[in-house]
Amino acid sequence: MTAPAHSEAPAGHGAGSGEQREGIVRGLRYIGAKLLTAAVSLFAVMVTSFFLFRILPGDPVRSMTQGREVTVEQEQELRRQFGLDQPLWQQFLDYCAGLFRFDLGVSYQYRIPVAELIGERIGPTVLLAGTGTLIAALLGLVLGTRAGWRRGSATDRVNTGVALLLWSVPSFWLGLLLIVVLASGAGWVPGLFPTGGMMTPGTTGLLDVALDVAHHLVLPVATMVAVVYAQYLMIMRSSLLDEMGADYLTTARAKGLRDALVLRRHAVPNALLPTVTLIFLNLGQVVGGVILVETVFAWPGLGSLFYSGLTVPDLPLVQALFVLFASAVILMNLLADLVYPLLDPRVRT
Amino acid sequence: MSGPQREQVPVTARALAWERRRRALAGFWREYARNRAGLFGLVGLSVFVVLAVAAPLFVDPGELSVTGAPGRAHQPPSLAYPLGTDTFGRSVLDLVVWGARISLTVGFLATAMSVALGTLIGIVAGHFGGWTSAVLMRVTDWFLVLPPLVLAVALAAVMTRSTLTIIIAIGVTVWPATARLVRAQTLAVEARPYIERAWALGAGHAHVMRRHVLPNVMPVVLAQTTLLVATSIIAESTLAFLGLGDPSTISWGGILQDARNAGAVSSGIWWYMVPPGLAIALVALSFTLCGRALEGVLNPKLRERR
Repeated sequence: MTAPAHSEAPAGHGAGSGEQREGIVRGLRYIGAKLLTAAVSLFAVMVTSFFLFRILPGDPVRSMTQGREVTVEQEQELRRQFGLDQPLWQQFLDYCAGLFRFDLGVSYQYRIPVAELIGERIGPTVLLAGTGTLIAALLGLVLGTRAGWRRGSATDRVNTGVALLLWSVPSFWLGLLLIVVLASGAGWVPGLFPTGGMMTPGTTGLLDVALDVAHHLVLPVATMVAVVYAQYLMIMRSSLLDEMGADYLTTARAKGLRDALVLRRHAVPNALLPTVTLIFLNLGQVVGGVILVETVFAWPGLGSLFYSGLTVPDLPLVQALFVLFASAVILMNLLADLVYPLLDPRVRT
Repeated sequence: MSGPQREQVPVTARALAWERRRRALAGFWREYARNRAGLFGLVGLSVFVVLAVAAPLFVDPGELSVTGAPGRAHQPPSLAYPLGTDTFGRSVLDLVVWGARISLTVGFLATAMSVALGTLIGIVAGHFGGWTSAVLMRVTDWFLVLPPLVLAVALAAVMTRSTLTIIIAIGVTVWPATARLVRAQTLAVEARPYIERAWALGAGHAHVMRRHVLPNVMPVVLAQTTLLVATSIIAESTLAFLGLGDPSTISWGGILQDARNAGAVSSGIWWYMVPPGLAIALVALSFTLCGRALEGVLNPKLRERR
């Protein structure tokens, strides 16, 4: 973990501006490499999504017109409308051009532009995923720290056990159980929380709407947190354990610092760094969690939209959401890569 | 040739090797048995595997078809049906026992596929280095970044509905972590002097990778595999729950999907919903505990942390 010698070798008396410039060049090269990687990843996602969804079994025009009498001319017209009569390479070029103009095609089942649908649904998803991730991260970091600092204690064993158990539970099942126990109201027990949706229809007034949404948010967020926080706990715990043997902690103790201070000022800041990166790296799993939780709780977000698109199948919709989910995770990872050297001087090599 | 030699106890090289292996295994078991959670996992795991294999002995497949159902719909638990009945009047206990077969099969096969893929790519990348490694690892990282559920769902959606589809969809999604791990381990193994000795004796790439790197990478892979089975089983149930499974087979995720579609959630038919989910959680937990215990034995540095 010490700074490698070769990068500082030419220092000595000739230091100053030359070395500084070298540092900037190295920094720019790092940023450039990360940007390039992200760009390549995004392009790969675009290509994959295009070809993946072109091999879907079943004719989209058939599923659109299911249960209705249509003439051959009408079918041709639909085909032309959705660009399905063009050669494949033409469709691919149109698709790429469309992505950059946020023209994601028209949904087969809703018959409105996909971009519009996503615009409507993105708010609830950001609210749910944001709240869930934030609470899960805080809970995981705090509990992971406590478990790691007192390794082998009852606190550690209970926390690790609960985390492993929750990690093993399928999130959708946990959501269903919460609905049965806390929302459906079995027998004489009243339902404490709504079973699904985001708000009660007919609610007006800013405060009332906010409270109603918060009420609806409790169970979905609880499910998300339960599934996601376990990972953060385990990561934070092992990251803290990695720091435990470090000399600087012995020094801090030798200075006569109280245990709590050694933990808070010395161990946690160092253990936090790798954990934060891993939280960003694990965002893909948050996306998966959002899809399941929204499906179970009928939360009007992108996840339930994805699910509804799967059953039809609604090609432009599923394709656009695939690109959106993947790009979101790639961009968040890029952000983590770019911010990390600012936080942790040890990796600025 | 090996027969008569093994008779005269530890004189030949082969007999010595076997003796050493036997002792190593015993030591391995002693280490493992010290981890109580690991033992618990092993017991849980054995119970489910035995149950899945022996299922035809105490479950009549005929009673699992929708038409051959013996009972009435949605009966609460009773002596005849310890876990009640489902929408079609089938015994939920029978369904859950039978479902173990598909869930475990998919879990094992998907894991086998992803481990084979991950090990191959990891060893090749670690062994050849340079451009090969750069390209392979770029691909691996790309897969690692994609949201696993989204990718698996997309794959399962574009292929025909079958158990094989589910296995492929999961196998293709979960290999990257193994590949990274194996590459790191390969680099560590290839730095050792005995690899240089092998090169000096005229070994080729294939020989070094197969005979020297692979056996040394396997222990780490084994622990990872056990953890992956848990992931795969949860993934299988998730895909089945989202309606992407084979509708003609009985799996835990599929039972949960049926339960939800039958309105078990709003009408509080808990016996339809609780057992399959509990089974998934127990199996996944068992594999996770075993995997962590194995990791602890094989990687003493980790053991200090647990």
